[in-house]
Amino acid sequence: MTMTETVAAVAAPLPGHGLPQKISVRNLKFYYGDTMALKGINLPLYANNVTSFIGPSGCGKSTLLRVLNRMYDLYPKQRAEGEVLLDGQNLLDPRQDLNLLRSRVGMVFQKPTPFPMSIYDNIAFGIKLYEKVPRSELDGRVEEALKGAALWGEVKDKLTASGLSLSGGQQQRLCIARTVAVSPEVILLDEPCSALDPISTSKIEELIDELKDSYTIAIVTHNMQQAARVSQFTAFMYLGELVEFDDTSKVFTSPREKRTQDYITGRFG
Amino acid sequence: MSEHIVRAYDKELDELGRRIAEMGGIAEKMVIDAMDALSNVDLVLAQQVIAADPRLDAIQREIEEQAILTIARRQPMAVDLREIIGAIRIAGDLERVGDLAKNIAKRTVTIGQEARLPRALVGLKHMNELATELMKDVLDAYAQRDVERAQAVWTRDAELDALEDSVFRDLLTHMMEDPRNISFCAHLLFCSKNIERIGDHATNIAETVFYLVTGGTLPAERPKGRPDLNVASFGTAAK
Repeated sequence: MTMTETVAAVAAPLPGHGLPQKISVRNLKFYYGDTMALKGINLPLYANNVTSFIGPSGCGKSTLLRVLNRMYDLYPKQRAEGEVLLDGQNLLDPRQDLNLLRSRVGMVFQKPTPFPMSIYDNIAFGIKLYEKVPRSELDGRVEEALKGAALWGEVKDKLTASGLSLSGGQQQRLCIARTVAVSPEVILLDEPCSALDPISTSKIEELIDELKDSYTIAIVTHNMQQAARVSQFTAFMYLGELVEFDDTSKVFTSPREKRTQDYITGRFG
Repeated sequence: MSEHIVRAYDKELDELGRRIAEMGGIAEKMVIDAMDALSNVDLVLAQQVIAADPRLDAIQREIEEQAILTIARRQPMAVDLREIIGAIRIAGDLERVGDLAKNIAKRTVTIGQEARLPRALVGLKHMNELATELMKDVLDAYAQRDVERAQAVWTRDAELDALEDSVFRDLLTHMMEDPRNISFCAHLLFCSKNIERIGDHATNIAETVFYLVTGGTLPAERPKGRPDLNVASFGTAAK
């Protein structure tokens, strides 16, 4: 059994082969000080597709996400080796303009993080950070972003209310609107629904489905059903390694690797 | 297969497997008894076969309910999902096998003492032996998750199809020889069709076992050992 599994893993062509790669991760190693958290990851993120990252806590999936927009640069002693190509350009290059990178690769976190300001300003703030937009255009951009995050209908009459006055699900959609507002190309979602109720979760999932037409999306989730629902490709990571990457439909019905199967069926540990 | 972290999950899956085995046992016995009743004109045994069927139907419903509950409760993935879908499918096949055996038993009751021509039954008995063997093998293949054995059943069904053809010709010959045989032999034709279908359900189960274990599917076309039915030579009697 293990023999054939190994052979299959090596011989199988890359799933999604032929699709354009928005991001290509090549032999990526990541260190927290002396600890190696990612041990040579190779992985594509296909344009206009959703790729989900699953795996037990500490497997490196959030770390990988943090590398994709150089979030780790905020911390000393953390470093990455290898290549991460965004449209063919290595974003790990020290000369990479980080502000530009983060406007191209946006991120939404586990806990909704609206700024302590009005709903309107939450969005406008992000836009003004990256570009000079005349006041007259700003209203339109804010509306567009809120519509893009499926929040407009719920907040259009109270744009001056504090972002913190919204419910958890609305706050998370506000954060997605803030990310969308700066017209990124890639959106990274780090467990965006783990603090939300099922209805809010459904709204976010519906949103992810719509957003993928315009953006390339990577999502880290502990909810396997969510990964199965929202993504086209799934990467299973374990102890800093990529164990399996395949079409989502394949991973959740008949994964190649035993470790993947054990994890998604609740047999781990 | 290692165990789930949640042990109740394992219990639910084990229970499904056990209920399938129970259904398999009942269905197998019904097929054997139905043929014995037919060949020995044993009307009591025939009634027992008919009486066994509701039990099979009831277990099938229980398996389905239990499977749906497990899906709702555990959101099964990968091999677990295939296991549960497999159980639902196999339960459906076994329920149909029971119906087919019951149909043979009902015909036995209808034919009753009108039964004649013991030699017309020889071919049917062969068919039934083979069908019973296929059923037994495929249920063992399920119990042991044995893909090779399942594939063997899947391939061997062609033998049953070939046997059915020869029984068909046999029975037509008897009917043409003597019109008084027609009613009895017509019933036997249906019985042979029933047995052939039991074989089909065995191959269905074999396909399910293959899917359950590997996640893949067997090719759409089975090897057919079946010569073309040369119906024309029997005139309109064949239709």
